[in-house]
Amino acid sequence: MNIIIIGCGRVGRTLAKKLNEDGNAVTVIDSDAENVKRVTDRYDVMGIVGNGATHTIQQEAGIESADLMIAVTGSDELNLLCCMVAKKASDCQTIARVKNPEYSGDAPYLKDELGLAMVINPEYAAAEEIARVLRFPFAVKIEPFAKGKVELIKFKLPKGNEIIGMSVKEVVMKYNSDLLICTIERDEESYIANGDFVFEEKDVISIVSTPKNAYEFFANIKCKGHTIKNALIVGGGVITQYLCGILEKSHVALTVIEKDLKRCEELSTLFGKVKVIHGDGTDHDLLLEEGVGKSGAFVSLSDSDEENVLLSLFAKGEGCNKTVTKVNRTDYDSVLSQLELDASVCPRVITSDTILRYVRATKNAVGSNVETLYNIIPGQVEAAEFIVRENSPIIGKPLHKLKFKKDVLIASITRDKETIVPRGNDSIEAGDLVVVVSKHIGLYDIADVLK
Amino acid sequence: MNYGIIKRTLGWLLLFETVFFCVPVVTALVYREQEVYHFLFTMLGTAALGGLCLIGKPKSDKIFAKEGMVITAASWIFLSLFGAIPLYTSRCYPTYIDALFETVSGFTTTGASVLASDVVAALPKCILIWRTFTHWIGGMGVLVFIMVFLPLCGGGRNINIMKAESPGPSVGKLLPKMRSTARVLYLIYASLTALQFILLVFDMPVFDAINAVFATAGTGGFSIKADGFAGYSTYTQIVVTVFMALFSINFASYFFILRGKFKEAFSTEVRVFLTIVVSAITLITIDLCITDVMSIGGAIKHSAFSVSSIISTTGFTTENFDTWPSFSKTILVLCMFIGACAGSTGGGIKVSRLVIAGKGVHHETQRLLHPKRIKKITLDGKVVEHEVVRGVNNFLIAFISIFVLSLLLISLDGKDLITNFTAVAATINNVGPGLGVVSPAGHFGGFSILSKIVFIFDMLIGRLEIFPMLLLFAPATWRK
Repeated sequence: MNIIIIGCGRVGRTLAKKLNEDGNAVTVIDSDAENVKRVTDRYDVMGIVGNGATHTIQQEAGIESADLMIAVTGSDELNLLCCMVAKKASDCQTIARVKNPEYSGDAPYLKDELGLAMVINPEYAAAEEIARVLRFPFAVKIEPFAKGKVELIKFKLPKGNEIIGMSVKEVVMKYNSDLLICTIERDEESYIANGDFVFEEKDVISIVSTPKNAYEFFANIKCKGHTIKNALIVGGGVITQYLCGILEKSHVALTVIEKDLKRCEELSTLFGKVKVIHGDGTDHDLLLEEGVGKSGAFVSLSDSDEENVLLSLFAKGEGCNKTVTKVNRTDYDSVLSQLELDASVCPRVITSDTILRYVRATKNAVGSNVETLYNIIPGQVEAAEFIVRENSPIIGKPLHKLKFKKDVLIASITRDKETIVPRGNDSIEAGDLVVVVSKHIGLYDIADVLK
Repeated sequence: MNYGIIKRTLGWLLLFETVFFCVPVVTALVYREQEVYHFLFTMLGTAALGGLCLIGKPKSDKIFAKEGMVITAASWIFLSLFGAIPLYTSRCYPTYIDALFETVSGFTTTGASVLASDVVAALPKCILIWRTFTHWIGGMGVLVFIMVFLPLCGGGRNINIMKAESPGPSVGKLLPKMRSTARVLYLIYASLTALQFILLVFDMPVFDAINAVFATAGTGGFSIKADGFAGYSTYTQIVVTVFMALFSINFASYFFILRGKFKEAFSTEVRVFLTIVVSAITLITIDLCITDVMSIGGAIKHSAFSVSSIISTTGFTTENFDTWPSFSKTILVLCMFIGACAGSTGGGIKVSRLVIAGKGVHHETQRLLHPKRIKKITLDGKVVEHEVVRGVNNFLIAFISIFVLSLLLISLDGKDLITNFTAVAATINNVGPGLGVVSPAGHFGGFSILSKIVFIFDMLIGRLEIFPMLLLFAPATWRK
């Protein structure tokens, strides 16, 4: 696909890298020559310096032959303008990043009236992810599948849990749970779970299941703190605002610590039920006073990565069970994973992941029937959602009679609003929505899973 | 330094050179020449060594600007070292250094020879075609050629290699992907080459046409006849004149023309280049007529051919311009230094560099008038980044320093100053012929071994635009 990315900030760079790796022809536009150079020196993309909202620059970038234009500059207005100009010039699809809550409320209107394919709000997406993690405190990451009926939940096995030392087969037998254990990450290696795989401490396990079954499973394996009653949030930025909006109606009681008095007043007017504290969130005594150790979850959303990591570690040390840390830079992921942090969210990664998912799905729509694609472990394990066609060789036979490739799992089958985690005797029918987890990157058709 | 990638790139390079050798081998088979064995044995060597280099996977496929430069410089040296072997073993050249001079002269599209032109005309046909074929490969760049077929390193870092190999102050892509850019460049190159071949083949023997086309496309200048192009028809001379100029225009212009963007195609650089060509032809024609060297018709024909040949840094001749009046000769020597457009197959300092440097000088005078004035240098309505301006200035300083140093080393041979000056100018600008001993009627064979080695370096430095070669031999590059 020919893709134009306007804005070479963090999101723009990540997108340029990933989309280029997927084999797309990418052109980036930014008004800062330094920013453009940083991208073109590292990735196989073309760079143009200039204002991406002007027709001349867009033409120079080849908007007429572009399939997709993504506007991710720092300004919402500019992004929307870019999309409008592009839309007039060609029939490409457009994606805009819109941060301002006032505009993003209009997202459906923008999509319909301006013909945008997608309006992405990184902060809102981050808030959604944090909310999901707080609902399932045990999880490191949760991704909705099959239109939200199934979730892919990633969690880290804590010390002394009773399933340590048991094999996958034994766990499934013992708890009789209706879920699928997909992958296990251990020491930077990833494994597709087969029946004999034995769990060890600190394994990061990914499971596919309906939210209800996952909830039961976590209760069964006696994971502490599987519900959160209250959460302490440091920093009252945009993400906090969205998060308050999402969680306001839930059972989670929120406390927000924010430095800026005006912002505190705004938040407290917006959300009457949220306890807004005016103070420095990095103040050790204030945190203790607000009961950092006793709160169900601690969410650090200040502007500084270092501060967030430090505060989360402190909260963990004080006995808080669940910490969520906002990290803007992902270059040092390997360092973070060594720390005792539970979940971290990165608005940039969420944004680029969401856009990538969209691009892959549209791209795949041409040559294959992949509905959505998720990276469970980037570059190693992928989950793909397929709609099964009438003449597929896979239909009508019980799964245990089919010959699958190595490292392939059928994670779930959704048929007529019902979702099951398949066992050997189940079979796939035409029209089913099937989720496949595999180490074979780039499956194009459900039939590709067969030998 | 990423040694793994360097080794692998050299491996691929040698395998591609093995393929390049097929051209002389086929020629030798067609004309039943004994020299075929020398090419076949060299092919065995390059294939084996290349294969050996490809064993093992590099730890990382990431390269930076320094690796890009080192890879490029090392590749060109290796390419020439192996390309010279058949010339030497076939005993067509007296020493290995002579053979190497000839091969480097070929790949760098210089076209300077160590053999007298009547000796060249008597060389076996397979050697002749190998000489001109090296022009064709070297013109657009051998690593860019390899990139058409396979990515040399990871991600977008291939641009580092292209930047090091392609001429010009700032190298950019034409299409988002490196490989498609390389493909488009070679497509334009091959199409123009084919077009010229079709135009020439009616008027001259096929073998002559092939050689003429290879040497023109790469703006090389090796000729297979003792009298250069003097013996061919006026039609052939005109076609060659036009194509030498065409191949010295930025290839991006052709790309824009294909896309219907005529305004972008005729950039400042192209306009300045064409202005220089027309003025030089006019001035020389007038000079030749006034001094009664030749009639107006002949003056236009020969001055156009010579200017096009020299400014494109090809080096073909129809007339020995060493016998022309001093004013005409001086214009030609200046044309050697100006050179072609950036992003073409020609050499020299490049028109775009001179335009930027000229604008820089203009700005400096403006700044002296209004010291606080802020103004950026622009080209075609776009700001020329400070980094590019600095690069141009440094290039010019390095160029002059190397020129002077070479001149000093060459003068040890005791030849006259005009010979020495134009010999260095003709090699560092990749032109080929100069004046005096190295005039179109002479050759480089009379220089000492040391001088020949200096010329070899000058040619490589000129083709790769100085810095890759300097970096390759700088101790700091290799320090851990």
